[in-house]
Amino acid sequence: MNYLEPAPAVTAHELAVRRGGREVLRGLSFALPAGRITGLIGPSGGGKTTLMRAVVGVQRRVRGELMVLGLPAGSAALRRRLGYATQAYAAYDDLTVRENLEYFGALMGARKAQVGEVIERVDLVGAAGQLVRSLSGGQRSRVSLATALLGEPELLVLDEPTVGLDPLLRERLWSLFRELSAGGATLLVSSHVMEEAGRCDEVLLLRDGLLLAQSTPAELTERTGTDDLDRAFLRLVESQ
Amino acid sequence: MSGTPATTLRVLRQLRHDPRTIALLLIVPAALMTIFRFVYDHEHATFETAGPALMVIFPLITMFLVSSIALLRERTTGTLERLMTTPLSRLALLAGYGLAFTLLAIVQAGVVTGLSLGALGLDVAGSTALLVALATAVALLGLGLGLLASAFARSEFQVVQFFPATILPQLLLCGLLVPRARMGSVLHAISDALPMSYAVDGIHHLVMRPGSNGSAAGDLAIVLAYAVAAIMLGALTLQRRTD
Repeated sequence: MNYLEPAPAVTAHELAVRRGGREVLRGLSFALPAGRITGLIGPSGGGKTTLMRAVVGVQRRVRGELMVLGLPAGSAALRRRLGYATQAYAAYDDLTVRENLEYFGALMGARKAQVGEVIERVDLVGAAGQLVRSLSGGQRSRVSLATALLGEPELLVLDEPTVGLDPLLRERLWSLFRELSAGGATLLVSSHVMEEAGRCDEVLLLRDGLLLAQSTPAELTERTGTDDLDRAFLRLVESQ
Repeated sequence: MSGTPATTLRVLRQLRHDPRTIALLLIVPAALMTIFRFVYDHEHATFETAGPALMVIFPLITMFLVSSIALLRERTTGTLERLMTTPLSRLALLAGYGLAFTLLAIVQAGVVTGLSLGALGLDVAGSTALLVALATAVALLGLGLGLLASAFARSEFQVVQFFPATILPQLLLCGLLVPRARMGSVLHAISDALPMSYAVDGIHHLVMRPGSNGSAAGDLAIVLAYAVAAIMLGALTLQRRTD
């Protein structure tokens, strides 16, 4: 990092969370570069969702320092500047796709026309009038993703947005993430699939509540001496 | 309260996609009232005293059930957590629900009152507007109690169990079955502490004594105070940060 780079969008220092009598995050320190896509990669149960919930300000019992867009995580002023897509889709089953987005759009103060735009961006034009209940799993998670895009958020926190999607759709979503990042947004995208790490600018490798590494995918393969990200991850675990 | 009108619209839209529930909310109370009328076909005086109380009991039951399940779903499906990351405040969310349920309660009370005073031949000495206002206040009470129940339940199975636990005692002690004046001192004291007693008192004031709008308005204020207290207490259970 040099002095020409903008301030990081998120900085954590000794971030720790205790949940159900267990230390889920055990003292993480990292910085998310602004305007970039950072992948939060690691096996299930490693603390990815807890970390994301801490960033968006809904996680209880967070210790250490966590600053988001220059403010302490959870500040009321941040709520208009963040977009969050939960892992299990968060949308009303008994509303149509469009009605869901109209509601979240109104809450975020989004332009009315933006509802149609985000429906297009997540490729749900054909399903816009359908009840969420009647959608497939992949479609539902895209409704959830669409709600996160409303209101031009500066920081997007997306919890496993590409899980269970076919390769074509996954490709489309990654180019959407690229577009958003080119537009100046910072993205934190989690995945338990190592292959997705290669698509990010930066990766945070999280396992058992500890950061194994924060680096670019290229540095990661260099450090571990393998092109295969799965193998790179295993080598990091072994050398821990 | 930014976000309140959007929330009201959202709740009403959810209901609109569920016409069966709307039909049940409107038709069932009317049908029960009709049955009640003919059960007491030969004792019209009993219908005249107990019938009106039903007009405030229906909104309590329906709104408790609808709101406890709706809010439990918000809590368990992740939509509440998602809302907590938006600028919507907890009070604005509850005000949105309150407004939607008030509209619903007014329609429901309108149907039941219209039928009872019309075809079923019930006499109400006092103001019909106060009657509908009482039914609406009780609907808000149902929302508040449903909200509280949703905080202590993990599943829909559990939340409906709160119905016999919190609503039935109020129905037993509100003066529907036995006039409150005839209860023993312990039961009377408990009855005095429960909001539905005032709702039914209010109804009795309206129905039986001409010119008793004043005391009914006092009862209405008490029911509203309980409703607001229950909703405020319930708001405390909507935590922005959870485990």
